[in-house]
Amino acid sequence: MLQQLHQHTFANGLTLIGERMDHVRSATFYAMIPAGYTHEPEAQRGLAGIVAELLSRGAGSRTSMELALELDNLGADRGESPGLFNLTCYAGTLARNLPQVLELYADVLLRAHLPEDEVDPARELALQELQSLDDSPSEMVMLELKRRNYPAPINRNSYGTPESLAAITPASVKNYYSEHFRPQGAIISVAGNIDFPALVEQIGTLFGEWSGVAPAASALVSATRESGHIHKETQQVQIALAFPSAPFDSPDFYQARGAIGILSGGMSARLFTEVREKRGLCYSVSASYDSVKDHASVVCHAGTSVDRAQETLDVTMQELRKLKEGIAQDEVDRVKASLKTSLIMQQESTSSRAGSMASDWFHLGRSGTIDEIQTAIDALTPKSILEYLERYPVRDVIAVTIGPKPLVIPE
Amino acid sequence: MPFQMFKLPNGLQLIGETIPTSRSCSVGFFVRTGSRDENAGESGVSHFLEHMMFKGTPRRSALDVNRDFDRIGASYNAYTSEEHTVYYAAVLPEYLPQAIDILADILRPSLRVDDFDTEKKVILEEIKMYEDVPGSMAWENARSIYYGKHPLGNSILGTSASVAALSRDQMQAYFDRRYVSSNIIVAVAGQFEWESFVDLMGTATATWPDVYAPREGISEAHGPGGLHSVAKEGTAQQHVLVFNTCPPAESMLRYVNSVLAIALGDDSGSRLHWSLVDPGKVESASCGSDTGQGSGALVTTFSCDPAEAVANLAIVQEVLADIQKNGLSEQEIAQAKNKIASRVVRASERPMGRMRTIAGSWLYNNEYSDPDVELARFDAVNSRSIRELLDLYPLTTNTVVGYGPLADLK
Repeated sequence: MLQQLHQHTFANGLTLIGERMDHVRSATFYAMIPAGYTHEPEAQRGLAGIVAELLSRGAGSRTSMELALELDNLGADRGESPGLFNLTCYAGTLARNLPQVLELYADVLLRAHLPEDEVDPARELALQELQSLDDSPSEMVMLELKRRNYPAPINRNSYGTPESLAAITPASVKNYYSEHFRPQGAIISVAGNIDFPALVEQIGTLFGEWSGVAPAASALVSATRESGHIHKETQQVQIALAFPSAPFDSPDFYQARGAIGILSGGMSARLFTEVREKRGLCYSVSASYDSVKDHASVVCHAGTSVDRAQETLDVTMQELRKLKEGIAQDEVDRVKASLKTSLIMQQESTSSRAGSMASDWFHLGRSGTIDEIQTAIDALTPKSILEYLERYPVRDVIAVTIGPKPLVIPE
Repeated sequence: MPFQMFKLPNGLQLIGETIPTSRSCSVGFFVRTGSRDENAGESGVSHFLEHMMFKGTPRRSALDVNRDFDRIGASYNAYTSEEHTVYYAAVLPEYLPQAIDILADILRPSLRVDDFDTEKKVILEEIKMYEDVPGSMAWENARSIYYGKHPLGNSILGTSASVAALSRDQMQAYFDRRYVSSNIIVAVAGQFEWESFVDLMGTATATWPDVYAPREGISEAHGPGGLHSVAKEGTAQQHVLVFNTCPPAESMLRYVNSVLAIALGDDSGSRLHWSLVDPGKVESASCGSDTGQGSGALVTTFSCDPAEAVANLAIVQEVLADIQKNGLSEQEIAQAKNKIASRVVRASERPMGRMRTIAGSWLYNNEYSDPDVELARFDAVNSRSIRELLDLYPLTTNTVVGYGPLADLK
């Protein structure tokens, strides 16, 4: 497939990557800045989220309302959100409006006002979001699993605590912005009906004066990796499991995806078939791949009523362990068909492409081409996946449950 | 002309839009049936039936259905609403014939008793899953209070009791009554050949029965008015929903209504955003329309700390009163239209988006949704048309429902 992929790294360390898509009229950009929540001071957890919330509340010569109105009139569907390593700003719009949108975002990334009197409202929002997490047990169980599964600080989430949020001041906001909004390692990714050479020129002009290196995140502390139960009087028990898998940049990455696809890639996959279709144990059961820099896991989730929860956990663990006993060619063919469809359909969406390219660049230092990915998918066979499972067996499983009663984790 | 339509001899309506630059195609079977068409004693049958459609046919077991879809790498699913049950798949172009073969086959399901009994457990789990999501329960409760006995108030999931009581034969009777050719349209969009599609569909559905399947109880709902509170222990946030009558799905006023909803409650730059979200008074606030055949509701909603709910509701009522009295500013109208224009263009870039849009337009208006015509209709909205809308559907005549820790909203 002919792809028009481009890349340019500026002298200040900012990387611009682009994919021209002739068949669309829109364009989307993603800007990833090394200001994610691994960089937060421990006593001010939630700071990255507050900064993200404040970014668009006035920048350059425009007030909060002026900036919002102008971006709305350019038809920019947009957001600013903190991730683990990076704070991401993104906007999708009509291709012809992209240059003006980028100009406004240059103000946001380089000259945000971060008004002092807006810190309290942003803090209130963060406190409310934290409070509403109590009403979302399926989200809570996954965050708690992550906290136990990975070493600090890569086990963090974007929420703070009431204490850490209370400790955030206008000074700490401005300080975080000035320290971490730096070009070295920052990525701007654009996909759509774009003119890359013109984009290089525009980005060079807009971000030419930007300089500096953000401080690195703190070193990793070892993970607790202990199972646990959180009591809550709910109708369903939430079950979450994790065990180690091959990282994103490993040669085993696609084998890992293949194994997980056999477990949970579609409705004929093992977990859905055994747990839901045959036994009717739950509505929601899944396994997915989770990668965090050099660490990766297979993560499973199921929600099931209290009296069926133990059986659900037992059957799920049984299926995970059974995988190494044999895999049929038809199963692998189905996983390959699904991966191929996703790959091709991604080409229809500027936001999918822009996001995917940014992520690839951050994790791998380059953009994977469709042909390259297709070749890796084509290499999947029952034998290759079974051999992968010997290198990455099901072991060191931890489980977190939320519900009225704890469960017994099978050995 | 990229749009084509054809009605098969059995009454099945086919519509399609070719998009030569797309790399996939999407196909959907839209059945004009949903919770609003259920009789007493049938609550939840449309949704349960939707699940049962994937459990096998005379020539496929449940596992065969899932395997066949997965073998062609299809991205597929189904959903049930108050008015429609929809089965759809996105596939690479070379797999469209197989996708049609599977979809047309499963639309005449076997409804085997063993599968029925097992799948009932899955539905009961689904009901429990939503019971643990207060935002979802808030919506259910609020709609039930607003619509009262109007069929649009019927619950899609049903209750644990009503689903437990459903029999396989009841489901078969419902299916025979509602899943008939004249009550179904099939829409396709993307990379495909129209003539081949018509041939495939004609062959695959040759034996489908055509029986008259009218929809009853089409009328406009207005809500009881007043303040209603549903207290729920163990929830952290308070949810508040404000309903007022708005144009029904098929009305030409839907364009003006969309502009109003965006100016009132869009994520960015709206009245609700500036008055509630930006100052941190709520966790979230939005406005959207809940429309059906013959009846529509504009729903303004927010969730927040219970201690602030009453004050926030007063702010919402002030905003609604202000717009009712003074309309929207020229700036607000232009801003909403600019947002819409960008979204219409971007949504039309994926075959699935186009497929759903042309289906919706056909189901409600027997009309092709041409993007340029849509953009022109949105562009025609102005302060006069906003005033006409507000006079016909006043924002200040509303029904308020709270769901959460509070026993009342005063």
